[in-house]
Amino acid sequence: MSASAELTSQDYIKHHLTNLSTGEGFMTVHWDTLGWSVFLGLVFLFIFRSVAVKATTGVPGKLQCAVEMIVEFVGDSVKSTFHGHNPLIAPLALTIFVWVLLMNSMDWVPVDLLPWIISLVSGIEMSNVYMRAVPTTDPNMTFALAIGVFILIIYYSIKVKGVGGFIKELTTQPFGHWSLYPVNFILEMVTMLARPLSLALRLFGNLYAGELIFLLIATIGLYQLPVHFLWAAFHLLIIPLQAFIFMMLTIVYLSLAHEDH
Amino acid sequence: MNINMTLIGELIAFVVFVIFCMKFVWPPITAAIEARQATIADGLAASDRAAKDLELAQEKATAQLKEAKAQAAGIVEAAKKREVQIIEEAAVKAHAEKDKILAAGHAEIDTERNQAKEELRQQVAILAVAGAERILERSIDAAVHSDILDKLVAEL
Repeated sequence: MSASAELTSQDYIKHHLTNLSTGEGFMTVHWDTLGWSVFLGLVFLFIFRSVAVKATTGVPGKLQCAVEMIVEFVGDSVKSTFHGHNPLIAPLALTIFVWVLLMNSMDWVPVDLLPWIISLVSGIEMSNVYMRAVPTTDPNMTFALAIGVFILIIYYSIKVKGVGGFIKELTTQPFGHWSLYPVNFILEMVTMLARPLSLALRLFGNLYAGELIFLLIATIGLYQLPVHFLWAAFHLLIIPLQAFIFMMLTIVYLSLAHEDH
Repeated sequence: MNINMTLIGELIAFVVFVIFCMKFVWPPITAAIEARQATIADGLAASDRAAKDLELAQEKATAQLKEAKAQAAGIVEAAKKREVQIIEEAAVKAHAEKDKILAAGHAEIDTERNQAKEELRQQVAILAVAGAERILERSIDAAVHSDILDKLVAEL
């Protein structure tokens, strides 16, 4: 697909890394990221909700079994890490895990397939179709998740420890002497801010790199097929792993926020 | 890396999805799972109980069988004893009967013999009288000598 109008590899990759967007500056909206992520989120909620509505306590169907397996897996992860009582943590972890998993899974869709279909349906030339189908390769997506988690971390830190307790935690460790409290605060702030940053950038980096390699593979012509297959197979590992890591770290961070020293 | 309004949109979507999941997805599914776990636990407990009951019943049945066998053996034993007893009793009765019959036979023989003797005596007396009549012909008066003849008969 790289040969159309002697397009260079660089242009091809750049084209594929451009979002379908409107607006200028901060007011820009990436419609592909937003659209796919909301669509996949609705797919998740629709499937799980339909199971929840029809859930029998007797012998479950196959779909119910699959959904229950995921729910139990997430529930066990939460139970083994988070020891407080908070009805939000488990549904939050489930939403993050399944949603991120679905969004990551869009990586398996061949990079030119969706633009090609859109071009066929709408009649717009492929060089003018912008469609990035993997929302987690957009930092807006991963930062939105990380910031959501970060807000919850701060909210529960203050709720459990109180404002004073939270400030105390930020200033009185690791050094106990009062003159070092500002140093402590700077250190703790770095730790604090590193959490959402690492959450967002880990997911973004992994998926963006994966997407980039897919695009590189797509530029090498006919031999891309076995290489593409190998890279896609490798993503069998990366995609669930990144979803799991994001979920697990969310649980761990919220568990730390609930710990009162 | 361009951060823009998309982030706000995604943040809103995230919040909405989590709230929906928390309100309408997680509770019914976990409730169903927990209810089923309870049912399975009950079922397992019931099957354990049933197994124990079965074991008890088998033990009871074995014990009853043993008892019944012992009873049967006792009954057979008693029956054998009774058999021997009956045979003994029958033997005793038979002996008694035999003795009785023998006694009755003896008694009959005795009476018959006495009767025969009596008849013989009378016939002898008659014969003697007849003989004497023949011998003495008419000279002898039967009425006069009857006392002598009676004496003779009594001596027989």
